[in-house]
Amino acid sequence: MTEMLSGGDMLIRSLQDEGVEYIFGYPGGSALHIYDAIFRQQKIEHILVRHEQAATHMADGYARSTGQPGVVLVTSGPGATNAITGIATAYMDSIPMVVIAGQVPRDLIGTDAFQETDMVGISRPVVKHSFMVRDASEIPGIVKKAFHIATTGRPGPVVIDVPKDTTDPAETFEYDYSKPINLRSYRPAYEGDMGQIKAAVAAILAAKRPVFYVGGGVIQGNAKEPLRALAKAVGAPVTSTLMGLGAFPGTDELSLGMLGMHGTYEANMAMDETDLVIALGARFDDRVTNNPSKFSPKAKIIHMDVDPASIDKIIDSHIALVGDASWVIEAIWAEYQSQVKQRPAAQSDKQSEHLSEWWQQVNGWRKEHGLNHGLKPEAGKAILPQLAVQTLYRVTKGEAFVSSDVGQHQMFAAQYYHFDEPRRWINSGGLGTMGFGLPAAMGVQMGSPEAVVACVTGEGSFMMNMQELSTCLQYGLPIKIINLNNQALGMVKQWQDMQYGGRHSQSTYSDSLPDFKTLVEAFGHVGIKVSDATQLDDAMELAFSEENKNRLVFVDVWVDPHEHVYPMAIKGGAMRDMILSKTQTSGGAS
Amino acid sequence: MRAILAVLLENEAGALSRVVGLFAQRNYNIETLTVAPTEDTTLSRLTLTTTGDADRIAQIIKQLDKLVEVVSVINLCAADHVERELLLVKVRAVGEARQEIKRSADVFRGQIVDVTSDTYTVQLVGPSNKLDAFINAIGDNGAEATILEVVRSGVSGMGRGNRVLAV
Repeated sequence: MTEMLSGGDMLIRSLQDEGVEYIFGYPGGSALHIYDAIFRQQKIEHILVRHEQAATHMADGYARSTGQPGVVLVTSGPGATNAITGIATAYMDSIPMVVIAGQVPRDLIGTDAFQETDMVGISRPVVKHSFMVRDASEIPGIVKKAFHIATTGRPGPVVIDVPKDTTDPAETFEYDYSKPINLRSYRPAYEGDMGQIKAAVAAILAAKRPVFYVGGGVIQGNAKEPLRALAKAVGAPVTSTLMGLGAFPGTDELSLGMLGMHGTYEANMAMDETDLVIALGARFDDRVTNNPSKFSPKAKIIHMDVDPASIDKIIDSHIALVGDASWVIEAIWAEYQSQVKQRPAAQSDKQSEHLSEWWQQVNGWRKEHGLNHGLKPEAGKAILPQLAVQTLYRVTKGEAFVSSDVGQHQMFAAQYYHFDEPRRWINSGGLGTMGFGLPAAMGVQMGSPEAVVACVTGEGSFMMNMQELSTCLQYGLPIKIINLNNQALGMVKQWQDMQYGGRHSQSTYSDSLPDFKTLVEAFGHVGIKVSDATQLDDAMELAFSEENKNRLVFVDVWVDPHEHVYPMAIKGGAMRDMILSKTQTSGGAS
Repeated sequence: MRAILAVLLENEAGALSRVVGLFAQRNYNIETLTVAPTEDTTLSRLTLTTTGDADRIAQIIKQLDKLVEVVSVINLCAADHVERELLLVKVRAVGEARQEIKRSADVFRGQIVDVTSDTYTVQLVGPSNKLDAFINAIGDNGAEATILEVVRSGVSGMGRGNRVLAV
């Protein structure tokens, strides 16, 4: 016998049938039938946020860390518009998310009704797809399509706009979630082209200075194992985008760390000198390439991406591989093994010889200009933000999930916390959303209750969503917030220092900052303030100590406000063109 | 380079706005756009003309193809094709110009579909450049043949021979 359910109940049942654990949301008029349906069930836990933007970031953090789609529920009008920043954040980083928005009843749509906004229209440029429910009977099919679209191919957020009257408890419909869906117009590529894969392997074997350039697609595509196997087999250096950190172990000897605008000297030099770029799940973002016309001038380009539109968008590829990251990289690895076996032994020796010359060069760059890893706290001196991240890394043994906001602290975290596993580094790379860090960390903690979750933030970003401290108390989320407090919008200030003659237009507010320790205590959490470098270790140890295991701890680290993030790409230059410190440049600019 | 993109689109509310929004969002231009349901009422066919170098056209096609509601998309200009556009032009036709306009319409195989004592409305079907030429021709007839109003349907087209755009 088929079950008869109301639209609201069908919506929630469909989410249950999708295996949804959490809904991150905030109620309001148009969503109340749906909220009543939530009240009638136990399977899914609803997390009540304090602002809808945070709901989307929480769902996003949950999705990034677990690989499962995040689910958001908001009401119409302001509820929906508040969610937009989070939807755009997920869209730019290809994060699977389903956002359900209440809408005014169908007969009021278009009348400028109370809390009406055209959510499908307003979200259109920042979603992978969207649906409006025209009839309650469509709800299960729409939910099924939404999850399928959000999680397959290049993942992304999908919006479902639900007019209130389609969730009316008085009307019931036959519920059957097993019905297959048909999407003739949506068939993402899965398997790569074998001809191209063979060509890619031949190019890898012929290369004398190959480099792997790895992006978030490897993480989203769950291709960690095949990537590691392939990189080890080839023995070439691996550099990662901001989004790809952790796809390949950051502490591995093959790893050159991050490339791009604030990438390591060795990674950017290797990209400039290489004769073969093996781009896997990366999209040649402008924060990576610097000037595309000067990008890797001596190199052939192999480009693998699940999204055909990423291929040849910024940089023309010589060999293009479209397909699922895991499938394609595994196929490259298998083909590599078989081609290596067919080669005469003498040739294999020659191959490793070529790479050893390349490694000599790469290691030279490493030695010459690595990051400042040997920092030690010095009494009487301001805490360097890099030291704070290093201390966090040491105290958490490099095993924490780390979310970040956007700015200098984000770059310091990316440079100095070495991620050995995918899905541990949670940051808004594409959109660069300040206010992302705390709610994202909350989503991570929800998805992994036993894990150590740190949020590296700055006081500017933190104040954009700090209302969520209240949510953290409600759900007992023991996040550790490391606030690199430089009493300014640090990255803005850095650019103003470097490009605007030190005129700090609207980037400082040191005379009006709250006392963060008291602030977080008022929210019921633990606050620690540290401004003396010699006390940094103790403060960090205390934050992660057994006694604070179940508490949210906010460590307000007063850092040197004059510190800049280096290396930094020189605008319009090649990847070799970097500013290395306040007094030192490299490449063409030197 | 000019491209004529033929797009099969799910005939659903909002699908067209995604196509148009894509062009605005990514700074592509649309010169003409025409859309109507096909013999299969679940599908609309959209024909769109745009310009750009080969890389840009390739990127536009990929971005269109990425839209979930786009079933398939081809560039008609990539091979032999037929393209047609419909023009209605209302012209002030008095004195000597009246005969001249009639003659021009005949030369271009246009039809006069509406007549008043001082206007003609001419209908013309053909490739866009033929329509342009006709407008230029009657515009050259002097002040008496003033063009009062022009409406063009935008380009429709299909591939020649066995080249078929279908699901």
